[in-house]
Amino acid sequence: MGLITFFLLVLFAITSFYLGYFRSNRVRVIEKQRPFSLDKYYGYYLAIWSVVPAVIILFAILIFDGFIVKNYVLSEFYSQGIDQSEISLLFTQIENTRNGIKLFNSEDEIIVNAVNKLNYIEGIFDITSIITVFSVSGLFLLYGYRKINLNFDARLVVEKFILIGFFLCSLIAILVTVGIIFSLLYETVRFFSQVPILDFLFGTNWSPQRAFVRDASDAADIENAFGAVPLFSGTFLIAFIAMCVSIPVGLLTAIYMSEYAKSSVRNTAKPIIEILAGIPTVVYGFFAVITIAPFIRSLGGSIGLDVSSESALAAGLVMGIMIIPFVSSLSDDVISSVPQSLREGSYAMGATKSETIKKVIIPAALPGIIGSFLLAVSRAIGETMIVVMAAGLVANLTANPLEASTTITTQIVVILIGDQEFDSPKTMSAFALGLTLFVMTLILNFIALRVVKKYTEKYE
Amino acid sequence: MENKVKVCVENLNVHYGEKQALFDVCMDINQNEITALIGPSGCGKSTFLRCLNRMNDVIDICKVEGSIKIDGQNIYDKDIQVEKLRERVGMVFQKPNPFPKSIFENVAYGPRIHGLAKDKTELEEIVHTSLKKAAIFDEVKDRLDETGTSLSGGQQQRLCIARAISVNPDVILMDEPCSALDPIATAKIEALMEDLKKEYTIIIVTHSMQQAARVSKKTGFFHLGNLIEVNDTETIFSTPANDKTLDYVTGRFG
Repeated sequence: MGLITFFLLVLFAITSFYLGYFRSNRVRVIEKQRPFSLDKYYGYYLAIWSVVPAVIILFAILIFDGFIVKNYVLSEFYSQGIDQSEISLLFTQIENTRNGIKLFNSEDEIIVNAVNKLNYIEGIFDITSIITVFSVSGLFLLYGYRKINLNFDARLVVEKFILIGFFLCSLIAILVTVGIIFSLLYETVRFFSQVPILDFLFGTNWSPQRAFVRDASDAADIENAFGAVPLFSGTFLIAFIAMCVSIPVGLLTAIYMSEYAKSSVRNTAKPIIEILAGIPTVVYGFFAVITIAPFIRSLGGSIGLDVSSESALAAGLVMGIMIIPFVSSLSDDVISSVPQSLREGSYAMGATKSETIKKVIIPAALPGIIGSFLLAVSRAIGETMIVVMAAGLVANLTANPLEASTTITTQIVVILIGDQEFDSPKTMSAFALGLTLFVMTLILNFIALRVVKKYTEKYE
Repeated sequence: MENKVKVCVENLNVHYGEKQALFDVCMDINQNEITALIGPSGCGKSTFLRCLNRMNDVIDICKVEGSIKIDGQNIYDKDIQVEKLRERVGMVFQKPNPFPKSIFENVAYGPRIHGLAKDKTELEEIVHTSLKKAAIFDEVKDRLDETGTSLSGGQQQRLCIARAISVNPDVILMDEPCSALDPIATAKIEALMEDLKKEYTIIIVTHSMQQAARVSKKTGFFHLGNLIEVNDTETIFSTPANDKTLDYVTGRFG
């Protein structure tokens, strides 16, 4: 029913468009005067009136019809005082029977009656909803059609509709963000009802699998199993190593590309660097495990250091390489947009190129450069796959980059892999971690914006 | 009394790729004088100016032939270090372009790069003197820490002049320094130029013929890459030798 209605509506819209178009055209011919707007705007105007209200009604019906039908079919069972969960089960059986799936009780009289009832009510519902939708459509079309005259400016109305459309699109992004926060928040609150929030934020022991043991003797352990400090420290350690790689390399690349490289070099090299950003993180993970980690291990071994085969260093280094294009291409854009007049001013003072870059261009481009750094940091904190593969899964409270380490995102993955009870504290801890991560990146972005704003005011 | 020749330009040809921008320009510029360069847009006067401190080096496709001698030395010689040259030949641009730094740091930029000050007191001395010479010291002495960009347009331009003279150059090139300024700021800069010519040789590109007439001793008229005529400013504006010059200064074209 939905698909047919949809096609009919499209047809309706096209018809309305031409209706408006020709109506306006005729007004033009009869009155021998130009209408306020172009003919096509009257077409759009009618198309909008004929479709938009109808679509809203259609959506409302689609959302509520299942609910109404179900209630109608089941109304007699409610009066018999059957348990709520049994009723839902019954309805599933009714639907399955109708769809031709044979069940043990498919022959029961109640079920057969209910199926008939269901078919009947749905048939009526379909017809009435189609009639409703198209009569609404027709009414509004008529309304719009009557409004078209010489002094009516359809262009402004269409403009307003487009404005509303843009507004709704931007609203979607905001609503989704809010929705994500609430879904995280709900589970997190449940988690914190079992594990004290302070234990979570300041505890130094992370071993969520212990929470599975549900003996009376182990009950106390739940509190000590969810100390997230090792995860925070691991996250920051790996992100720090990554930034140590990507900031200098990325920034110097950007300076070379924007200030020194000939345009032929830049045109080849820039896309190649940006390919780095397109490599799947799993592939980086392989690179870290197979190439970098053994290399670090043998290097450490040769100078007498004990390097574990999974180390924060390997993951951090490879992550740093991955982030280079983020830093370099953003910084490159910022540096290139520093006005040429500043460069010339510096050269005219007898400064060399590197003096100019160091003392004039970098300070002028600083807000954007810092912005690119902070973007890279949030990228590093959110990165999962490389850490899963290269840094290990053990929550290890250490500042030694040569040992195995783990991050918040990695633990979320570990916790949610496989079958889980949805109400165990272990599973819910993933949501608490997710929310923490969200808050962290939020704060980071906030700081980034503040920094950028502060320097921008200063330099312009 | 005729001043001694400071800059001697001979057979200067400049190409931007295929396009020739200057044709066989020869010109002598006297010391401690203001020389004005006038001409319609695109006539090559800015290109000429930028040859004098080799700012055109930055542009890849730009080729310069001929010789420009400052104090008898060809600045396009191989052993001339372009940074040292620019220390001697300062430049003020059309649009004020103070660095995004404090007023103090803007002026201290050149002396720091060239190591002109031994310590902080000397540096302060240089900065203060330069700001005084540029007639802006009294306006900014209480806020040397503020950014140069917070000043008004006219103040910014005088700050740029202070920056240019902070390294004590011989020659100051000015590329339409007043075109972005209002008449009051322009008058201040013109008065300043009058002061500065006692110590420096000033070459100014300008679109305003009144300005050229007001400030300069000599004026050169450029047209389509040729130096049509160069003479005393009074002569150029009253009885020029060339008809094109007459047409231009009387406003018949350009």
